Amino acid sequence: MKSITRQKPFEEIKQQLDSFNRVFIIGCGTCTTMTKTGGIEQVVEMKSQLQKIDKLVSGWAVIPIACDEMTELAMKENERAIQNSNCILVMTCALGVHKISTYIDRPVIPALDTLFIGVEDTPGYFREVCAQCGQCIIGETAGICPITACHKGLLNGPCGGTNNGKCEVDKEKDCAWTLIYERLKAQNRLDLMRKYQPPHNFQASPRPRTVKIS
Amino acid sequence: MASSFKDALNSGKFVITSEVAPPKGTNLEKTLHHIELLKDKVDAINVTDHQSSVMRFPSIGGCLAIKEKGGEPILQMTCRDRNRLALQAELLFASTRGINNVLCLTGDAVPVGDHKEAKGVFDLDSLQLLKTIRLMESGKDLGGNDLDGAVEFCAGATVTPEAQPLEPQLIKFEKKAEAGAEFFQTQGIYDLDNFGKFMEYARKFPVKILAGIILLSSARMAKFMTANVPGIFVPQNLIDELAAVPKEEMLGKGIEIAGRMIAALKKDSVCDGVHIMAIGKEEVVPDILAAAGL
Repeated sequence: MKSITRQKPFEEIKQQLDSFNRVFIIGCGTCTTMTKTGGIEQVVEMKSQLQKIDKLVSGWAVIPIACDEMTELAMKENERAIQNSNCILVMTCALGVHKISTYIDRPVIPALDTLFIGVEDTPGYFREVCAQCGQCIIGETAGICPITACHKGLLNGPCGGTNNGKCEVDKEKDCAWTLIYERLKAQNRLDLMRKYQPPHNFQASPRPRTVKIS
Repeated sequence: MASSFKDALNSGKFVITSEVAPPKGTNLEKTLHHIELLKDKVDAINVTDHQSSVMRFPSIGGCLAIKEKGGEPILQMTCRDRNRLALQAELLFASTRGINNVLCLTGDAVPVGDHKEAKGVFDLDSLQLLKTIRLMESGKDLGGNDLDGAVEFCAGATVTPEAQPLEPQLIKFEKKAEAGAEFFQTQGIYDLDNFGKFMEYARKFPVKILAGIILLSSARMAKFMTANVPGIFVPQNLIDELAAVPKEEMLGKGIEIAGRMIAALKKDSVCDGVHIMAIGKEEVVPDILAAAGL
């Protein structure tokens, strides 16, 4: 499971950094290293790009797990260089950006957009399989989540836009309900597809979502 | 509050419906002209609901215009743009204005339309919307609350008889029939043998089936739809028939083909009626009906 990210257009990053001359860059050794959006290589590349637009890069660090508590320690280790900057450019997912922002009183600027929580199907190919909706029905849909895998999140079967097993929004995308149908049929469980699924409960876990484990 | 469309469905006659598209803007001239042209020639007129996810004048507004002109509207409702509160509210409003026929649709995906960055809602799906209508008729809303004032609708849905694979579509068709769909307007069909097979199956359910007839305006359009529109397959012999006539006669040929298909469906009582979709050429619907001998 990885937090999947994509680097923002450099123009947008440049605009965000407009009023800051000295930048400290933070990457992450976990998800953004795996997705090549915030590992050592990308952080070093960002440093050189920023220098080209006359920014002073006071330092950089790739924190092992940016969303972890240990991030505080990693930032302490780089205290001097961070103090020498007037903002932090963060090449982690938004969880890391958030965590970092709690440890420092400087502006924290994300260099990445966080897209989804995904699994790596084949090397370098990440796919969203769970929307973390709080009301799991994949026991009845052969392990494929229609809320996530169907563009419209339909619960009761395919729409009229499905065509030869593909989705109307993209001929490269599989129709989730065709996949569910094929798997349930192979398992001799098509009766599950005939079952009426009531409207989704969007308050199963009301936003902002929190859980306290006692 | 039974609708004249419901009466027509239950009368055993061969039912004809067609549809109009509201304008992009407030100039209703063309839509009103189409309503005027169709209202006495068909049993009911659908008003499309931001078809192809393109923002337009609302379906409910078009339905009101049909009522004002003395016609019988079918309110198309997609689940794309409204959550369950808004859908129920619109049903209440429709009911108070004598708009008692509803076609429940999932709705095209947002990215195929002209507001590609919008949020696709899909809080309910077409099946859940059908169920909601039947629930509201029992005097309750989806929150479990009592409604002050009754509603009664003739509710329908759609089915794609040529979908590939077909079985998932048929399962959904059966769920819709079970949920209380009274009528189905099908996706456009062209292969009458295939459609006959679908009807043999569909006859097992207590629902009325109106075959979708989409006017072929040219050989190019027929080929395009076969290649790009889910569930539409125009047989090669029809494409050849269109291609064999000069360009300026293609529309006439398309009208002839549509009329011929409608006449054949009616003659053999294959289905309960037809839903004619002229897609931008609504002014020729009367010609299609004439070609069908209606």
